[in-house]
Amino acid sequence: MSINPNQTISFSPLHRLQWEEAQQKHVILYPEGMVELNQSSAEILKLCDGTRNLTQIVSALETTFATTGLTKDITAFLEVALKNGWINQN
Amino acid sequence: MAGSTKTNITPPRWLLAELTYACPLQCPYCSNPLDYAQHSAELTTEDWKRVLTEARKMGAVQLGFSGGEPLTRQDLPELVKHARELGYYSNLITSGYGMTEAKIIQLKAAGLDHIQVSIQASTQELNDHIAGTASFEHKKAVAHLVKKHGYPMVLCVVIHRENIHQMPEILAMAEELGADYLELANTQYYGWAHANRDLLLPTQAQFIEAEKIAQAFKEKVTGKMKIYYVVPDFYEDRPKGCMNGWGTTFLTIAPDGVALPCHEARILPGLDCPNVKDFSISEIWQESKAFNFFRGDAWMQEPCRSCDEKAKDFGGCRCQAYMLTGDMYKTDPVCSKSPEHGLIQAAIDAAAATSQLAENEKPLIFRNSKNSRNFFDKPGC
Repeated sequence: MSINPNQTISFSPLHRLQWEEAQQKHVILYPEGMVELNQSSAEILKLCDGTRNLTQIVSALETTFATTGLTKDITAFLEVALKNGWINQN
Repeated sequence: MAGSTKTNITPPRWLLAELTYACPLQCPYCSNPLDYAQHSAELTTEDWKRVLTEARKMGAVQLGFSGGEPLTRQDLPELVKHARELGYYSNLITSGYGMTEAKIIQLKAAGLDHIQVSIQASTQELNDHIAGTASFEHKKAVAHLVKKHGYPMVLCVVIHRENIHQMPEILAMAEELGADYLELANTQYYGWAHANRDLLLPTQAQFIEAEKIAQAFKEKVTGKMKIYYVVPDFYEDRPKGCMNGWGTTFLTIAPDGVALPCHEARILPGLDCPNVKDFSISEIWQESKAFNFFRGDAWMQEPCRSCDEKAKDFGGCRCQAYMLTGDMYKTDPVCSKSPEHGLIQAAIDAAAATSQLAENEKPLIFRNSKNSRNFFDKPGC
């Protein structure tokens, strides 16, 4: 499965992304399961709101963190996310 | 007390709220205690709300509303709403019996995240026989409604000797119902399943065949449906890492308020399981005798004590060790390193011998209050 760079990306309605105060991290919750996220993964997923495509997500994060060259890492993570059903493209 | 030091106590992550032991179904593999009918007192709505609040504060995030049949509790929507406000991910674990479209909508509005529906078989005749209640068509209708209203749906089918031959049809049914997850739960032999083990345990050949079919299906539906395959530990040579370690992750509250490190632990003698009516969740989790009993590994006997796999499986299941050997400190006999591993083969042989009997020679014991009364006055919490 790979990301279509032109299509917008949404977080799956069958999962929930949430900040966990007790764990001091974001988690993905789904039926009887939980995935703990590191900060960069959480920042990427928060931008998967159905309004941005891959290029726009990369550009937003590069602006936020005042850096460049994030395309490869972000694409790799989003492909994992797509395979796990955490995000959708329509 | 057998427990080790308290320095490594991790907070609970999963809370299983067994709201009631009442259930319109009579499945002969039910994991509820055999003597459930003598624990008929139930916590009030306010008790449950306090339990949810306190456990959430400690870090619990996954919440299962279970039973019995949780839909028999009239305050379920109120508890779901409270759970949502606290930030839990709420799972409703139901037989579907008594569910209506109006209730599905009401629970969604209250903030329920997910509904797990159990079906007993792929045919009406066998489903209704195992459930002890005519329920097959209604369950399928409920599964469709769960999807219609946008919930993720887990279809749960408990696998045993009476339905294992239906594996291809069960998989087709899951596909037809649009399940997002299919839980193929090979029966774990606790509670009523332990009492009926000779009639429920399939042969190894049956397991291998069924697993092969399920594995091929899993590849076929990758990306569309996830399969949770609960392994049949009687045919493994290492025990399961039960509950991710005693008192590390899971907290079960029984209908009467008894707090348990796992939902079977009620059978273990001498734990003095605390009740949420007497103690806070924090006191129970951190300080109670029951939750510290098998924490760490100081309680272990040989061969577990010197085993290089003890941090992986924690000696296996304490309840299984107790049920099969009479000693809850022993190595789970599922482990091939257990001196009593032969008990597993004996159980397999006994089940095979029983399969030669006519149905009326050794009938299934269905899970109901009348049968439960035959199991009163056992030790445990």
